[in-house]
Amino acid sequence: MPLSPIRPAEEAPPPPPRALSLPFDPLLMLAVLALGACSVITLGAGASDPASGTPPSYYSSRQTVYLAVGLVLMLGLSRLDYGLLRRYKNALYVALLVSIVAVLGLGHAARGSQRAINFPLFSFQASELGKVLLILALSALVVDRARQLRDRDTTIRVIIAALVPAIFVIAQPDLGSGLVYMVIACMLLFIAGASWRHLAALAALVAVSGAFVLVAAPAAGIHVLKPYQVQRLTAFLHPSSNPQKEGYQQQESKIAIGSGQKTGRGLNSNQTSNGFVPESHTDFIFAAVGERYGFVGAGLVLLLYGLLISRALRVLVMAKDLFGSLIAAGVAAMLMFQVFVNVGMTIGIMPITGVTLPLMSYGGSSVITTMLAVGLLQSIYVRARATAALKGRVPRF
Amino acid sequence: MSAIEPVKRRSPNIPVSAGLAMRVAIISAIAMALFSVIFFRLWYLQVLSGEQYVHQANVNRVRDLPIPAPRGQLLDREGKPIVSSRTTNAVQIVPSALPPAGAPRRALYRKLGRLLGLSAAQIQAIVVRERSAVPYAPVTIKTDAGPGVLTVLGERQDEYPGVVQQPVSIRSYPFGQMAAQVIGHVDQVSEPELKMRAFRGVKAGTIVGQEGLEYYYDRYLRGKPGVRRVEVNAEGLPIPARLAPTAPSAGRSVKLSLDLALQKEAEKALLEGEERARASGKPAPAGAFVAMDPRNGQVLAIGSQPSFDPNKFAKPLTPSEYKRLIGTGSAAGPLTNRAVNGAYPTGSTFKPITAMAALEGGVITPGEGLGAGACIHVGAQEFCNAGHADFGAVGLVQALKVSSDTYFFEVGERANAAGSVIQRKARELGIGRPTGIDLPSEFAGVLPDKRWRERENKLELACERRRHVANCGIVLEPTGVWTVGNNMHLAVGQGELLTDPLQMAVAYSTLANALSGGGTGAVVTPHLGMEIDESTGAELQSLSYPAARHVHLNYSDLSLVMEGIHQAASQPGGTSAEVWAGWNQAAHPVYGKTGTAQHTGREDQSWYLCYIGDPKRPIVLAVTVEEGGFGAETAAPIARLMASRWFGVKGKFVAGSSKTF
Repeated sequence: MPLSPIRPAEEAPPPPPRALSLPFDPLLMLAVLALGACSVITLGAGASDPASGTPPSYYSSRQTVYLAVGLVLMLGLSRLDYGLLRRYKNALYVALLVSIVAVLGLGHAARGSQRAINFPLFSFQASELGKVLLILALSALVVDRARQLRDRDTTIRVIIAALVPAIFVIAQPDLGSGLVYMVIACMLLFIAGASWRHLAALAALVAVSGAFVLVAAPAAGIHVLKPYQVQRLTAFLHPSSNPQKEGYQQQESKIAIGSGQKTGRGLNSNQTSNGFVPESHTDFIFAAVGERYGFVGAGLVLLLYGLLISRALRVLVMAKDLFGSLIAAGVAAMLMFQVFVNVGMTIGIMPITGVTLPLMSYGGSSVITTMLAVGLLQSIYVRARATAALKGRVPRF
Repeated sequence: MSAIEPVKRRSPNIPVSAGLAMRVAIISAIAMALFSVIFFRLWYLQVLSGEQYVHQANVNRVRDLPIPAPRGQLLDREGKPIVSSRTTNAVQIVPSALPPAGAPRRALYRKLGRLLGLSAAQIQAIVVRERSAVPYAPVTIKTDAGPGVLTVLGERQDEYPGVVQQPVSIRSYPFGQMAAQVIGHVDQVSEPELKMRAFRGVKAGTIVGQEGLEYYYDRYLRGKPGVRRVEVNAEGLPIPARLAPTAPSAGRSVKLSLDLALQKEAEKALLEGEERARASGKPAPAGAFVAMDPRNGQVLAIGSQPSFDPNKFAKPLTPSEYKRLIGTGSAAGPLTNRAVNGAYPTGSTFKPITAMAALEGGVITPGEGLGAGACIHVGAQEFCNAGHADFGAVGLVQALKVSSDTYFFEVGERANAAGSVIQRKARELGIGRPTGIDLPSEFAGVLPDKRWRERENKLELACERRRHVANCGIVLEPTGVWTVGNNMHLAVGQGELLTDPLQMAVAYSTLANALSGGGTGAVVTPHLGMEIDESTGAELQSLSYPAARHVHLNYSDLSLVMEGIHQAASQPGGTSAEVWAGWNQAAHPVYGKTGTAQHTGREDQSWYLCYIGDPKRPIVLAVTVEEGGFGAETAAPIARLMASRWFGVKGKFVAGSSKTF
């Protein structure tokens, strides 16, 4: 037998029986489906105010449709070679900016902020979809500069590329999504291997500008953020000082979650189903979970997020190329930030920033965006496995 | 083979650089740390402090709405209801179902106002007031709306959003003005009342007694309201509840000593007496009566005119209505219970007390002839009989029979020399101190003597100094002193003496009790409440009002005093003998004394006090008519009508002609 170190692909041995041959990551799929189910169940149980006139079934059925659409998009995206998207990085970035600016121009104001464009059947929240677009565009930008990753220039370009849409989004005002953009950018730099000095400088810059925006500028009479945003951001630090306004939502949310105790209040839940916790079907849905299903339910949801994020990090590690790793890193950053900020906000350890809980919060834009992001992860996973198989390696889950 | 070796030996499969591995590890560590923080926080909130948050959530969630308890009845001595509650339809507004504030709501108020005969502003005011008293509960706008109104509301429900009809229980006073001041009325408990001891434990919005017996026995009558627990949402709007209500427990009934038939007769007789007095040119604007069982103080009838209809208090009163009820200036209005709060001199009805005191005090002897001439003179002052009649020097019995003022002026003159003889005995018998009747307020009375005058002077001077005015009206001349003239006026029930029919009835009861007790008699505590009954009618508790004290009088002296007033009511020449013409004195001996209290610038006040003996149903009657003329003329005939009803004989209004004070 001649020396033939690499076996041809067609002669590759069948995968070992323990590895199911699926066109996607089954654990990632499980986390997504389970979280979607949790969302529909919680919404259907009445995580809204009946006095508002909207029956819970309205939210649960629409959320089911969003999840189904998202699932189809996710599976479709997982078939697509994510590598192709690198070519359209400029188009993606332009689409991101145009959609965000369009919202500022055409959008309708929901709760005092312009975040969405109304279409006949649904309203489209550009800043949500923008997260995925930004991940792709920034990842492509970093990959293009793969040889100068440690340059200061790269760091600055990435930060500016994220900062421009972030500023527009914050101006909508949608502070939460703007912060997500910046977190994505930082995560990409970190994973791509930016120098520690740049990262430290960035951290210092964040600290200084945060202090400036929240403390120094208002004192000087300049309001970078709207006053309500500043109050929301700082209310969690002194929850009882103004329980009727900014602290109210968080206080009621804590009461809701706390009163759930170990196994939840079930039908007796009143905090989230009678409107004491505003937005208990969207931003504060975790309060509804905590009240209705207690520590057990809230813990289960958190574990599912743990699974989701760990799979994202896993995909990051196993990706066949830097572009895949960076996309996975961006998605992981997005998920981590949203989960921790949103859950932290409902339990009173984070400020209220208007960040949705991925897949749980009611809303088509958020659900579909998350599904698209997971679809990218699936695509990276599938291609990583294929490459590994091609190279004769047996990829682990 | 050798080319592949390193790949195979390298950790499994992924071409990860060491730098990336470390950075991913850092991210993973951060994620783990954040997850831990969240888990610990959740554990802290849900497991460690869960109880506290459950409590807070329940405070958020549940509002208690009272279910009014049916109020207990007031019954007469035979168990016939005098005051009860009845169910009627009320037009109510459910605030949460109202159209939005502003123009749509105002339009509804206007429309509803036209239907109910109220203005939109009035409806708005009622809604605001009631909502602050009992949030979340429906607000009653009008009770007893006519059937026409109810039909309109029923048929055009959609035109009146938030307006409902609801059966409610309201207090009903079927006898209207009868004994209105004694019975009192009810109203929603007020803000200051909630802080009072009498209303401890009463929730805002509860209907409580405001005056009279309704107030005094409120804690029995009001019952215990039930609780409807309503679950509300964040805006405070009720949502369909799954919580079981607590049923209210009905109030107890109070059985009164009042005799409904006698009460009705007395009210009628008083009105008739006033009517007749007016026919003969007297204003006779007001009067009062008390009928009491002398043995135990049970009040058989009590009333005051002018009166009012307590049903009026079911609706808010206008300021002018209220002013009319209170009375203006010095004239007390219909709300005043003149039987216990009138402040009157008594005229000659006081004489038996003076006589008893003088005899006990050793100031006079029964046979001694006093009071010769039409007038007597002390210093520069002249004290005369009514109409300058001259009864000659008479003994005690005769003096009481004909009501000789000169006799009692002399008694007063002598008593003054011996100190406060009259005042002490009068006080002992029950004058000038609260009787202890089971009503929220009673007049303590004034029994003037030297010390009283000095105290009044001091008060007047202090008041003038404090308020920097010329005179506070307590005493006109604060430098004046107690004189013998003051005591002489007191002896005939005039001057500074101020008392009321109830105190006089107590004093006469004491004399009556001492007469039948061989000199020892109880000073009874007059009372109306006899027993507390369950709402089902079963007796729960009998109320006990023991005698305040006992007096020991010289029996032979007492017999002479009583003989005197018996002759006055039965012998020819007696002041009220004509009034009792045809009365069976053998069966029901009348011991009665007329009185005519003089007021400067006003018509005389007619008084009559009597005790009618009967082994089974003795009775003491006290009647007075303000500006009603002589005692024999107006008050005494009223007393006879009452007595006739009590003893079941045909009543007849016989005005006497005696013109004595």
